[in-house]
Amino acid sequence: MIERVFREHWSRVLAYMIGLLGDFDLAEEATQEAFAIASARWARDGQPANPLGWLTATARNRAIDTLRRERTLATKLALLDAQASPPADTDEQMSDTSIPDERLELIFACCHPALSQEARVALTLRALGGLGTEQIARAFLVSEQTMKRRLTRAKAKIKATGIPFAVPPDHLLGERLAAVLAIVYLIFNEGYGGHAELAGEALWLARALAELMPDEPEAHGLLALVLLHDSRRQARVRDGELVLLEDQDRSLWDAGQIEQGRTALARALALHGDGPYVLQAQLAALQSEQPIDWHEALAVHERLAALTRSPVVELSRAVAVAQAGSAEAALEIAEGLALEDYQYLHSTRAELLRRLGRIREAQDAYRRALELTRDEPERRFLQRRLAELRAQPEGAPG
Amino acid sequence: MTFAVLIYTKPGTYEALDEAELRSITSEYMAIREAPGCVGGGQLAPVETATTVRVREGETLITDGPFANTKEVFGGYYLFEADDLDTVLEIAKRCPAARMGGSVEVRPLVQVPAAAEAGA
Repeated sequence: MIERVFREHWSRVLAYMIGLLGDFDLAEEATQEAFAIASARWARDGQPANPLGWLTATARNRAIDTLRRERTLATKLALLDAQASPPADTDEQMSDTSIPDERLELIFACCHPALSQEARVALTLRALGGLGTEQIARAFLVSEQTMKRRLTRAKAKIKATGIPFAVPPDHLLGERLAAVLAIVYLIFNEGYGGHAELAGEALWLARALAELMPDEPEAHGLLALVLLHDSRRQARVRDGELVLLEDQDRSLWDAGQIEQGRTALARALALHGDGPYVLQAQLAALQSEQPIDWHEALAVHERLAALTRSPVVELSRAVAVAQAGSAEAALEIAEGLALEDYQYLHSTRAELLRRLGRIREAQDAYRRALELTRDEPERRFLQRRLAELRAQPEGAPG
Repeated sequence: MTFAVLIYTKPGTYEALDEAELRSITSEYMAIREAPGCVGGGQLAPVETATTVRVREGETLITDGPFANTKEVFGGYYLFEADDLDTVLEIAKRCPAARMGGSVEVRPLVQVPAAAEAGA
């Protein structure tokens, strides 16, 4: 119970403290202390009526104590005192309405393009998700020391280079929002690739973003996308083996998540969203239907490909072309893509060649895909496909 | 905060321009010099005019040319007073070198603690 309250309030309190102090480290330290005090006190005395106000007031008092100890920061202390005289006792609470919600400012600072991608991911998980350093380190398979250094460096860069703690002005908002969404989606994909706890984090972040930016269709698009993908988590792997979408046991899909995903998508479309996340969410929604409307999917793919001009998107357009009826046209698209080192180019080509009865070429393509694959379940999947080909005669379309 | 905007150009960029283009590029740089917050700046003479000095074990070595041969040449700088990085990144974006094969680096100047206190 306390854990859930902590989870909900960590980023609110931290964001408020950074806004107040203009110092990430000091704010984090004070917030951490407030949560530690709460953890001991609430377990004993029960939770206060207004946990957010309690935590914020306590964090503020901790910061004031720290600043009093460090006389050199006298100017900042004056700033704090000037804001309002703080409550004498931490049990005196701040009312929720007096605590501005500055989580968006925090997200945009953490995902600022002046930070390395690694730093953005780590900082977002720490500041917004409230994950501990050791949890983040574990998720990315690095030592706690390494992660600690990464976070420290990122916070130092924010301070030293004047990365703003602000929601970007309108003319920058589009590209900066795209950067924020990209980080959340990256975290989700890390989670999809095996670290389940990260997928949960990404879902939580996507929900928070959609709530904080209710009029941004791409924020709802991202939420819809991660919900729809996550709904298939249980069906995606069977006995450690990857299961293709068409072979998945649909009873394992999370109907509640699909429903929520569709609702978020509807909201995005009602806002006239047609950005990359909205389009990808539309595709994911189409895939959740039975049977899949491949002509509709193809139309969405075409819009997405035109928008992103990404060869990876072109490749999935090729798959849609094949599913809509023409393996030959699909192969033609795939053959024209400069994705020589991309395993899915070769596995897709292999599948298309198989369907066209060009078995030897299909085998070569599967072998090339195998060379490029590091993921064990994917390797086994490709090996299975390759073995199945031996039974299929050359020239016989499958 | 004070930021340095360091402009690196791709060698040969200017030589490839005709007079009108050169004038228009120059006026873009002049306009940035006039932008709010700009507190200094300068353009360096071509890299051929560079002389490099090193002192090794008490001995002075003077050599012709820049200290390193790089694909991009340091060509000039601005100093900007601004509240945050984003303001200065907008300025950097406007520098012609950024879109003409070169790049523009933004770095804050180290704040002297005493001066920072007095300014607060």
